[in-house]
Amino acid sequence: MGKRVGMEVSIAAAEAVKQANVDVISAYPITPQSYIVEHLSELVANGELDADFVPVESEHTALSVCVGSEAAGARSFTCTSSQGLSLMSEIVFIASGLRLPIVMILANRTLSSPLSIWNDHSDVMSIRDTGWIQYFVENGQEVYDHVFVSYRLAEDRDVLIPVIINMDGFILSHVIEPIEFIEQEKIDQFLPPYKPLHRLHPDQPVTMGAFALPSIFAEAKKAQEVALLSSMPKILDTWKAFGDLTGRYYHPIETYKAEDADTLLITMGSFGETASVAVDQMREENRSVGLVKIRLWRPFPFDDFRKAVAGVKNLVVIDRAVSLGGPGGPVAGEIKAALYGEEGRPSIYNFVAGISGRDVAPSDYIKMVDKAEIEIEEGKRDGYEIYGVRE
Amino acid sequence: MTKPESEWTWKELSVGNVVLEPGNASQYRTGDWKTLMPVLNKERCIHCGLCYIFCPDMAYAAADAEGYFIADLFYCKGCGICAKECPTGAITMVEEEK
Repeated sequence: MGKRVGMEVSIAAAEAVKQANVDVISAYPITPQSYIVEHLSELVANGELDADFVPVESEHTALSVCVGSEAAGARSFTCTSSQGLSLMSEIVFIASGLRLPIVMILANRTLSSPLSIWNDHSDVMSIRDTGWIQYFVENGQEVYDHVFVSYRLAEDRDVLIPVIINMDGFILSHVIEPIEFIEQEKIDQFLPPYKPLHRLHPDQPVTMGAFALPSIFAEAKKAQEVALLSSMPKILDTWKAFGDLTGRYYHPIETYKAEDADTLLITMGSFGETASVAVDQMREENRSVGLVKIRLWRPFPFDDFRKAVAGVKNLVVIDRAVSLGGPGGPVAGEIKAALYGEEGRPSIYNFVAGISGRDVAPSDYIKMVDKAEIEIEEGKRDGYEIYGVRE
Repeated sequence: MTKPESEWTWKELSVGNVVLEPGNASQYRTGDWKTLMPVLNKERCIHCGLCYIFCPDMAYAAADAEGYFIADLFYCKGCGICAKECPTGAITMVEEEK
């Protein structure tokens, strides 16, 4: 077992990037991601990490640098939040279209306006469907672990898809947690050096990013979609291999006291830990409530999700982003689509909570379950509200 | 390319749509774009080569055995720059016949 160290999660994330032995880091500092890249720049400057740290004038360039370095065959890392992700969004599409296995940590933060530095998922939802594999982690250990999982998966010859690790800004990035470090030898064994399938090299010229006429574009997108969907077995294999190495096994959908529950809370990201405390309290009161946590957001694990909620009466879906003018929050919209064809599908009540980092305490989950159960009982099939708004 | 890209299936594309065969843009018939094509009146041509120099697509090859510069209609987009620049008016743009 590795050493257990009390450490700020951002620093642990940067240490993981170091242990993953990246070749190129390019990033622009933005709250709440700053500590990660600041620590990485220190590690490079003091010689602890043999990598090129490319300081840039914007996030658009940060990801562009990673596209270039990855295309040349270098293991590349970037990290951003909120407005920074918006600024790089043009390149987010390009990295996945070119099938470059870049890994990005996204310290999720609210998008302006109003300007806010605190946490929610509005940033990542704006690039939801860009073809990156996306995890949502729940605590610092999971951030640390998923750096290795992400590189191994992304660089697999059968995958070659970039990965985003979503971690809630401040709620995870700025807390100090006990992190179990993995010995370097074990990591080197789990994560072999990157061997690109195609790379830019003068000895064997290739063209990356050529244009496609309408006569071939649809075929290119179909190929990209199939690649993303068929990465699922490798996602599972990679988690299995990581579990065998460390004893920490991860799954696309995870449940907590969900067996035989009438009502299930559905969460994504750091909500999961607080919600589990609320579930404990409700179970003590003999209420039939459990929890389902979505760890893998893209490709969405439809089969695992349907299996996890089969036979349940009510779903209380907690979103951390508003989908203005849409069908409730983005997670709820996804879940409604997932269950549309199911016989005897549950009632779905959707709350948007914790936007711009507002605290969501265990008591809030209980209030949300209370309200959903009452309103569903009264016949409301698809309730939706932004939770806790002062009238 | 072994066959036109309009016949490729999605399964035949390389990962990331990387073009693995260098220089295959030479197989791209940009000549399809034109409506007007350059026609040379050899009697007026003074072999100056300005058409060859000005052609933005390098559709003109170097002078042939008789010293004439002839546009390759596989690449010529019909922009008319050669006709505009020709100092003796030896090149006229005429409608392509189907």
